[in-house]
Amino acid sequence: MKQTFCVIFKKESSIIAVDSISCGPHCLMNVDLQTDATLQVDISDALSERDKVKFTVHTKSTLPNFKQNEFSVVRQHEEFIWLHDSFVENEEYAGYIIPPAPPRPDFDASREKLQKLGEGEGSMTKEEFTKMKQELEAEYLAIFKKTVAMHEVFLCRVAAHPVLRKDLNFHVFLEYNQDLSVRGKNKKERLEDFFKNVVKSADGVLVAGVKDVDDFFEHEKTFLLEYHNRVKEASAKSDRKIRSHKNAADDINRIASTLYTLGTQDSTDLCKFFLKVSELFEKTRKIEARVAADEDLKLADLLKYYLRESQAAKDLLYRRGRALVDYENANKALDKARAKNKDVLQAETTQQVCCQKFEKISESAKQELIDFKTRRVAAFRKNLVELAELELKHAKGNLQLLQSCLGVLKGDT
Amino acid sequence: MRSTGSYAHQRCVACAQNISNQKLVQGILDSIPSPEAACLSAEDISPSSNGPRDDDPDDLFAEATEEVSLDSPERQPILSDGPSPAITPVTPVMISPRVDVFDRSPDQDEDEEENRDTFDIQISVSDPEKVGDGMNAYMVYKVTTKTSLSIFSRDEVCVKRRFSDFLGLYSKLASKYMHMGYIVPPAPEKSIVGMTKVKVGKEDLSSVEFVEKRRSALERYLLRTVKHPALLKDPDVLQFLESSELPRAVSTQALSGAGILRMVNKAADAVNKMTIKMNESDAWFEEKQQQFENLDVQLRKLHASVESLVCHRKELSVNTASFAKSAAMLGNSEDHTALSRALSQLAEVEEKIDQLHQDQSYADFYLISELLGDYVRLITAVKGVFDQRMKAWAKWQDAQVMLQRKREAEAKLQYANKPDKLQQATDEIREWEGKVQQGERDFEQISKNIRREVGRFEKDRVKDFRVVIIKYLESLVHTQQQLIKYWEAFLPEAKAIA
Repeated sequence: MKQTFCVIFKKESSIIAVDSISCGPHCLMNVDLQTDATLQVDISDALSERDKVKFTVHTKSTLPNFKQNEFSVVRQHEEFIWLHDSFVENEEYAGYIIPPAPPRPDFDASREKLQKLGEGEGSMTKEEFTKMKQELEAEYLAIFKKTVAMHEVFLCRVAAHPVLRKDLNFHVFLEYNQDLSVRGKNKKERLEDFFKNVVKSADGVLVAGVKDVDDFFEHEKTFLLEYHNRVKEASAKSDRKIRSHKNAADDINRIASTLYTLGTQDSTDLCKFFLKVSELFEKTRKIEARVAADEDLKLADLLKYYLRESQAAKDLLYRRGRALVDYENANKALDKARAKNKDVLQAETTQQVCCQKFEKISESAKQELIDFKTRRVAAFRKNLVELAELELKHAKGNLQLLQSCLGVLKGDT
Repeated sequence: MRSTGSYAHQRCVACAQNISNQKLVQGILDSIPSPEAACLSAEDISPSSNGPRDDDPDDLFAEATEEVSLDSPERQPILSDGPSPAITPVTPVMISPRVDVFDRSPDQDEDEEENRDTFDIQISVSDPEKVGDGMNAYMVYKVTTKTSLSIFSRDEVCVKRRFSDFLGLYSKLASKYMHMGYIVPPAPEKSIVGMTKVKVGKEDLSSVEFVEKRRSALERYLLRTVKHPALLKDPDVLQFLESSELPRAVSTQALSGAGILRMVNKAADAVNKMTIKMNESDAWFEEKQQQFENLDVQLRKLHASVESLVCHRKELSVNTASFAKSAAMLGNSEDHTALSRALSQLAEVEEKIDQLHQDQSYADFYLISELLGDYVRLITAVKGVFDQRMKAWAKWQDAQVMLQRKREAEAKLQYANKPDKLQQATDEIREWEGKVQQGERDFEQISKNIRREVGRFEKDRVKDFRVVIIKYLESLVHTQQQLIKYWEAFLPEAKAIA
């Protein structure tokens, strides 16, 4: 599925860069989500303006509840969050792993650099300025592509889920071609969320302490807890590593420029030498930057995504644990009611409701967790293979450049 | 890096860093395929196995041990007007004096490149040892000279020298030769911070690296010094290399009387430079000065960028190692067996890559960064030599002004009819005429010397840079080859995840 999107970033009123790129199929994290013809969702276009990104969500469906077979709407990040939150708050979906919400598009760092570039325009040579501008544009583009990918993955996951894909809010999200009038949470609501999270974590600890009768869930609980923490650490470390890599590539860039100047100034035979080496470093630096970018895409993003998904899985276990506790409490209440012979019917109904809820969650949770493992293994496999292949490709490219340059330089002496 | 074998004997510490330094050098040496895996420890090198780059790609610092054999009527006192050849090492084939060398007329300078002699001398600095304790402690280095030149009393000499001895040597050479226009290679810089750590006995990674950095720099300094044909024959140099006892060079201490005098002189020079407005009649000098000015700026910039690269690569290595650990932990907690194994393999690959980055950063540093640092200092010496010429010119001009004044004074006295004072005035005129002539001669001599020196310097510069850059690119090639090896081993593991 080809996608094209436009990147425009404006500084005051002058447009600095306009670029149109098409990239290959996304859905990096999930391998088997595009096979169902009844509902296919993707992000076909995206526009970046001053503070927001506008995604064009494109749907192809043979389902009867849509008015057309193919249609597109424009959505912003807040609307994705609204959709995600509506899933989380829906009691019916308590037994499912809710696909994690995409992170907010964050161009702040890039924008800051762009501003610094603009301010420093007077103090650099024309070549330096153009070079830096190109780099910044490339960086901006990379962040842009990533945010599009992450929003798309979210939608694909929802569309692939047998129950969530039927959700009414989801259909409205896909089809309603007006603004959903979803505002971001205001301060009060965010504060409420914060407290809810605190309560949930405290509760989660209590709930986690309850030993589960079921071996499968007990194992999953221990596994997920440890896994989540390890993924978090691996994700942080891989980010640091990639940043160092980018820094080193930047240094090589500067070295290449200085060598070029040396080459133009030198009065000895070294001038040709310097120019050749400068050219070489320009090329190898581009490759190094690509290596860092690919590692970012294939490794860092993978880890970040599974950090979020493992959190969603943990949330599922929490909900089940909560339901179990409620069920056990209801049992105890029923026993007490029977002993006192008071409000027995009410206690019985409550107990039955709790029991049904718990069993429903348990059943779907089991399947969800099994699917989670399958997805995870497949995603890691795909990304690790692609990572290794890309590393090889780049190393071979680098090697070839270096060897051919060495050949020329040695031949000259 | 030289003398890896003796590095292990260092009293300081046998820490992992030590071992990995050796591994690094061995690794670089082993991996660059070549018939001779040159071992760089001083004891093993025989004069015929070392040579210029063309023939010995393994030897990282082979430019440090050249084979140039000199067997010409060059044993003239240093101050003579006879031309000294521009020394450029040629082939590793043992010393046979070129017959055409002796065909020289006093006027040849730049043409001397054609007449090549070969030197045969190798110097190594090794075995740093700490002597004493606390703030009075100092490092002593073993300086080994192997040569077949007859000006040396023995074929092989070993002496112990401390850092201030090197500084003392430089200071003597500078005071003797700089005013004649010779480019005297500067000694490595003092570092109070670095030395204090060593003195205090902190046997950690940074002080080990500091000692190694200094040892390497001292070696390069000596080799550059003896490469200079006039300096090689200097009695101070010979004494430094040969005699077991050397009077302590106290005047090199920063806060000594001599040190302060030096600082005052430097300041005075700087002021003079600003006030001397020279009428440059020779465009060559103006052009060269501008070129060196530009070169200085660019080399400093390059040096800064390379230092930054070294730093970031070290960081990359550390971060890769830390990531490798976290990947291993992740693999441990992953409950799918095949994925778990693949993640462990990934961790191993990353660990190997981290070592690769570390090795590469050493190459960045010892090959490129130190070379650039050396040249930045050398160019300062070159600029100093141009300044000396300006001073010589100023002296000559001053003498002319003085002569003029004396003549005017004599003319006045002739009218005043004072015969005894007249005689004195005439004598003074003769004296100053002599000084003017001497001034002019000195100026021409220094100009000639500088031309020759700059020619030699540029030749060496071209060679040095070429050699080092090629060596560096080869190290980069090695890194990429290793990367390919590691990832190729990993790929089937990743594909095996089922």
